[in-house]
Amino acid sequence: MKTFRALVWRDILIGMRASGGAALAAAFFALIIVLAPLGLGPDAGTLRAAGPGLFWIAALLATLLGLERVLQPDAEDGTLDLLRLSPLPLELVALAKIAAHWLTSGFIISLLAPLLAPLLSLDTPAIPILAASLLLGTPGLSAIGTAAAALGTSVQRGGMVLAILVLPLNIPFLIFGASAVSAAQANEDPTQALIFLTAASLIALVVGPIAAAAALRLNED
Amino acid sequence: MQQFANPQRFVRIAKMLTPWLLGATALLLVTGLYLALFVAPPDYQQGDAARIMYVHVPAAWMSLFIYACMAVSSAVAFIWKHPLADVAAKASAPIGCVFTALALITGSLWGQPMWGTWWVWDARLTSVLILFFLYLGYIVLWSVIDEPTRAARAARILALVGAINIPIIKFSVDWWNTLHQGSSVFRMDGPTITSSMLAPLLVMAAGYNVFYVTFLLIRMRTEVSQRRLRTIRLGLEPVPA
Repeated sequence: MKTFRALVWRDILIGMRASGGAALAAAFFALIIVLAPLGLGPDAGTLRAAGPGLFWIAALLATLLGLERVLQPDAEDGTLDLLRLSPLPLELVALAKIAAHWLTSGFIISLLAPLLAPLLSLDTPAIPILAASLLLGTPGLSAIGTAAAALGTSVQRGGMVLAILVLPLNIPFLIFGASAVSAAQANEDPTQALIFLTAASLIALVVGPIAAAAALRLNED
Repeated sequence: MQQFANPQRFVRIAKMLTPWLLGATALLLVTGLYLALFVAPPDYQQGDAARIMYVHVPAAWMSLFIYACMAVSSAVAFIWKHPLADVAAKASAPIGCVFTALALITGSLWGQPMWGTWWVWDARLTSVLILFFLYLGYIVLWSVIDEPTRAARAARILALVGAINIPIIKFSVDWWNTLHQGSSVFRMDGPTITSSMLAPLLVMAAGYNVFYVTFLLIRMRTEVSQRRLRTIRLGLEPVPA
């Protein structure tokens, strides 16, 4: 447990301090939300209708951003070999990586989204649902992303490849997340969408670490 | 299963089977197309445009079937380290990708006269489109890792994660579609299919399956040769006399 905590803390510090970390993900997320009205026009009705989807697409893209730094630097400088030798099972190493990635991307985005919601004229009752849906869904995005990043440690020029691998697998999160916020805007009950979103997230948190550990193990030699 | 683990023996048997399989593919596809285009009656509502179905429906079946084959091969490779299973999965992917594209394109061609639009965000269309991107991701992963054994290991995991995810994606897309309603206009509550239409459909499906097996074997032989060539080029194996 101590090792686990130490690993999460180390990765958070790297995420906060190194380039391409938490600040970049947050800025990228905010920028997509700012770009949307410039592309769609300033009409409040259009923005309000497109808002839930835009927020979730921005979340999908922003969580992609930090994936390359999750395992690639460790693979390059040999940290990964030491982690393989540590008493901590690789599944838990992967879970620590997921936790750190989430805390420096998804979590920050969830806190930032309510502040940006007025830019897309989102209804006030929908704003807590937006934050809740991002808090529940983004851990799953980090889990799937980290599994793909583990596969990507074999790839030399990986960045965009990760996007192609990860985005189709993240579609359920986009659907359930955006639906929950849309439902809240339409004064409907968002519970069903939130429950499915949580389920998808939990499945990803089980499959993600196992797949990531398998990928790290297979590239041992 | 294990006796085919020797690539040399596999290549020998595959070579022997290929001409027969090619013949069977040609025979089935020609018969199927003849039945579909000349023998089967035109649909009472859709006329001759319904004949696209004989190309379209089996292609859609194949798109899922081949992904399932890839997932099973990957699992076999993962569990038993069967040397040809990775090769089979790799060789399947482009074939499956093309069948998926064929299903999407023929569906679109049929949709234009029938629905008046090239594309609708219907649940099934959306799922097949996502499946197409899953195939692309798998093919891309193979192409970006130079060393074949490493690429094989990574691709196995991707295929299996994809296979776990497909039902979830399918469910979410279905749920999304019923939520957004709109597909009810396009529901086809036609009569249950008659035998004169079912026969060409099944012959075409059989033709597609044999086509898949034939080209799978050819592509696997190519892949085995390419790997051999690679080890020779790297100086790991002496040049054969």
